[in-house]
Amino acid sequence: MPQTTRRELLAATALFTFAAHAALARTVSKALPWSPNEAYPVPPVLRGPWIYLTPAEAATIDAIVDRLIPPDELGAGGKDAGCTVFIDRQLAGPFGGHDWLYMQGPFSPDPLPSQGLQSPLTPRQQYRQGLAALDAYCKAHFTGHGFADLPAADQDTLLAGLEKNQVKLEGFDGHMLFATILANTMEGYFADPIYGGNRDMVGWKLVGFPGTRYDYRDVIANPDKPYPLPPVGLAGRPAWGQPT
Amino acid sequence: MTRRLPPKDVVIIGLGWTGSILAYELARTGLDVVAIERGPWRDTASDFNIGTTPDELRYGIRLEMFLRPKQESITMRNNPSQTALPIRQWGSFLPGNGVGGAGMHWNGQTWRFLPNDFRIRSHMIERYGAAIMPADNHIQDWPVSYDELEPYYDKFEYLAGISGKAGNLKGQIQPGGNPFEGARARDYPTPPLRQGYAQDLFTKAATEKGLHPFPRPSANLSTGYTNPYGCSMAPCTYCGFCERFGCANYSKSSPQTCVLPVLVREPTFEARTNCEVTRVNLAADGKTATGVTYVDLQGQEWEQPADLVLICAFGLFNVRLMLLSGIGKPYDPNSNDGVVGRNYAYQTGSGSTGFFEDARFNSFAASGSLGVAADDYNSDNFDHGPHGFVGGASITSAYTNARPIGFRPTPPGTPTWGGKWKRAVHDNAGRVTTIGAQGSVMSYRNNYLDLDPTYKDPLGRPLMRMTFDYQDNERKMANWMADRCDELAKAMGAKSTQVSRLVGPWSVVPYQTTHNTGGAVMGNDPKTSALNRYLQSWDVSNVFVMGASAFPQNAGYNPTGTVGALTYWALDAILGKYLKSPGPLVPT
Repeated sequence: MPQTTRRELLAATALFTFAAHAALARTVSKALPWSPNEAYPVPPVLRGPWIYLTPAEAATIDAIVDRLIPPDELGAGGKDAGCTVFIDRQLAGPFGGHDWLYMQGPFSPDPLPSQGLQSPLTPRQQYRQGLAALDAYCKAHFTGHGFADLPAADQDTLLAGLEKNQVKLEGFDGHMLFATILANTMEGYFADPIYGGNRDMVGWKLVGFPGTRYDYRDVIANPDKPYPLPPVGLAGRPAWGQPT
Repeated sequence: MTRRLPPKDVVIIGLGWTGSILAYELARTGLDVVAIERGPWRDTASDFNIGTTPDELRYGIRLEMFLRPKQESITMRNNPSQTALPIRQWGSFLPGNGVGGAGMHWNGQTWRFLPNDFRIRSHMIERYGAAIMPADNHIQDWPVSYDELEPYYDKFEYLAGISGKAGNLKGQIQPGGNPFEGARARDYPTPPLRQGYAQDLFTKAATEKGLHPFPRPSANLSTGYTNPYGCSMAPCTYCGFCERFGCANYSKSSPQTCVLPVLVREPTFEARTNCEVTRVNLAADGKTATGVTYVDLQGQEWEQPADLVLICAFGLFNVRLMLLSGIGKPYDPNSNDGVVGRNYAYQTGSGSTGFFEDARFNSFAASGSLGVAADDYNSDNFDHGPHGFVGGASITSAYTNARPIGFRPTPPGTPTWGGKWKRAVHDNAGRVTTIGAQGSVMSYRNNYLDLDPTYKDPLGRPLMRMTFDYQDNERKMANWMADRCDELAKAMGAKSTQVSRLVGPWSVVPYQTTHNTGGAVMGNDPKTSALNRYLQSWDVSNVFVMGASAFPQNAGYNPTGTVGALTYWALDAILGKYLKSPGPLVPT
């Protein structure tokens, strides 16, 4: 089966739609259905214009991710690590629409905490509505300034208030906004650089993670010793001439 | 309109461990076998490619290989007085999808249950009296003994090439192995994995406390191996991408590495992927299955007639398919009557995380089953008299991975973000290790599965509803174990520790374990079991149901070793008894 058809098949499985497409159920017999060079790499995130975020939203996120992970002597902050790029590209993909999740109603107004995610809002909606509510809050409380224009100490106080559910935004759950951005920022800082964050593998260097080297038999054979090699990502490493 | 296909001898629902083993063993006898799998085909070279698979975001966080909740989810509540809501995003457990099933995405810890686990009800009452049994329990003896299953455990271990060290060879205790294990006829097929620095510290600390540590049995192989089917595997490289990932090295035992290469060559075998079985069809008398109905990706419905129907999906979905097909009487907790959905159980997790001053654990060099365990507090290996609980746990020092989106522990009191957080993440990286206790969960009247009255899948069928919470017995046990883990972490030299206990109701977040058991349990009494001792439906004799759904309650171990043993046990009954004379193998 040609590779493109197989991809469509996988995509169709992902969405489980019955819309007209080329994918068919597949019959396997007599031999493994395997073709040379068949693999499913992710397309690397390229720098360039925002895909989902507006420039104003991106500026706010730049400011937030740099408070969540501030630049210091340990390495770049969230902004320079590419966390905003990561978030933008994730929002543009299946994650942003909760495309793979169970999103059928009814949505309960009072779920138990043990029942986990029960919001009808997709991440795209959460960012759009939540950032607008945050912007309105800032302008009302800080003489017309948006979040990105505030001094770092005010930004930290505000973020801590959202985290602890002490700051109430108008029309949006500020704690949910904070939790979503914090989770996505950490993903961006520590995911493979191929997704647009973790630039120069700054997150991996912070925690001593070697990335995708895939063979640590020498490490197991030498307990309690430092690991000597720098990290490698799915697209190699900058010293090998790969774009970062 | 449903299209009817030519009949087959055997239809298998789901092509994971149990489905692929049965398909191969039945097809090689010349039977016409079709396996119907709702997910895609997956192969090592294409889908677990070394250039793409070590990707934490894609596979570990976004869960690309797993069943999408959009396709099917489960509703959940903690007790029958609450309203269940759908698990919109997987958390506490992660059901697999596609060829290989859970055997593709697992960590590979491959245990035998202990002899006492199979007769835990009788054993506990004999030793401690009935008063030790928890309120509203449904704990029941298994209809098979350890000794009966031993040859089948052996078969599965040699299929999968398990790396380990025997602790009891034909009754002789072996140094370095688990002295509590049941007698085994021969050693593991391959030697244990190498262990990391934390495991060295744990071994020393546990031994000094009088415990009996040993390398836990692993489906990530220590060395190359060719199994009895002729499938070959390569040694594990400790890459640290096991659970949630396919293995690019052919080092993790799975249907892909151990069965499929020979299965597809069987001329009478055929797999249909991306096809979802919607029900098992029954004849008018309700006592015979006529085959299955399934839907392909374009929405076309097909009827596949067959003489024998083997339900081999993930345990939870076995139960749902039985409920949707009318096989066996649904369980009702009010009347305490019915069997399908009864005795759903799970697993406890508790432990202690140790923060060390100057150790270099390098726990990114890891494997899903790398670890040293001690079973001194599992099952009834210790005196339960002073504790007043039933069950136990395996206590383990393990390195399964150090993938940094999910694993960057900081000491208690550290902020979750900001400069202090960043400093703490950096300073503690590589200096943290966890001692975990994976414990048993008994079965209870109000922990069960049935069909949800409100929520449906995209085909309009009701989702399954899970009603579950940890009971006092499990909390007592798990929290006692957490204290034992904490003592060990401190004895290993931890500067500070953080104890993890079972508090609050069971929650669908965060990830805990995918060891969901019960719901279609095996037993000797059709009033309290859906299947007889050969995993045959009491009600529909040409239906057999594999998987951990057959466990009457869960033990303090990962389930796959026992699932594999039960599969070979049932296969023997199908080949040796059922096919010679189709009908109920146990009279009712």
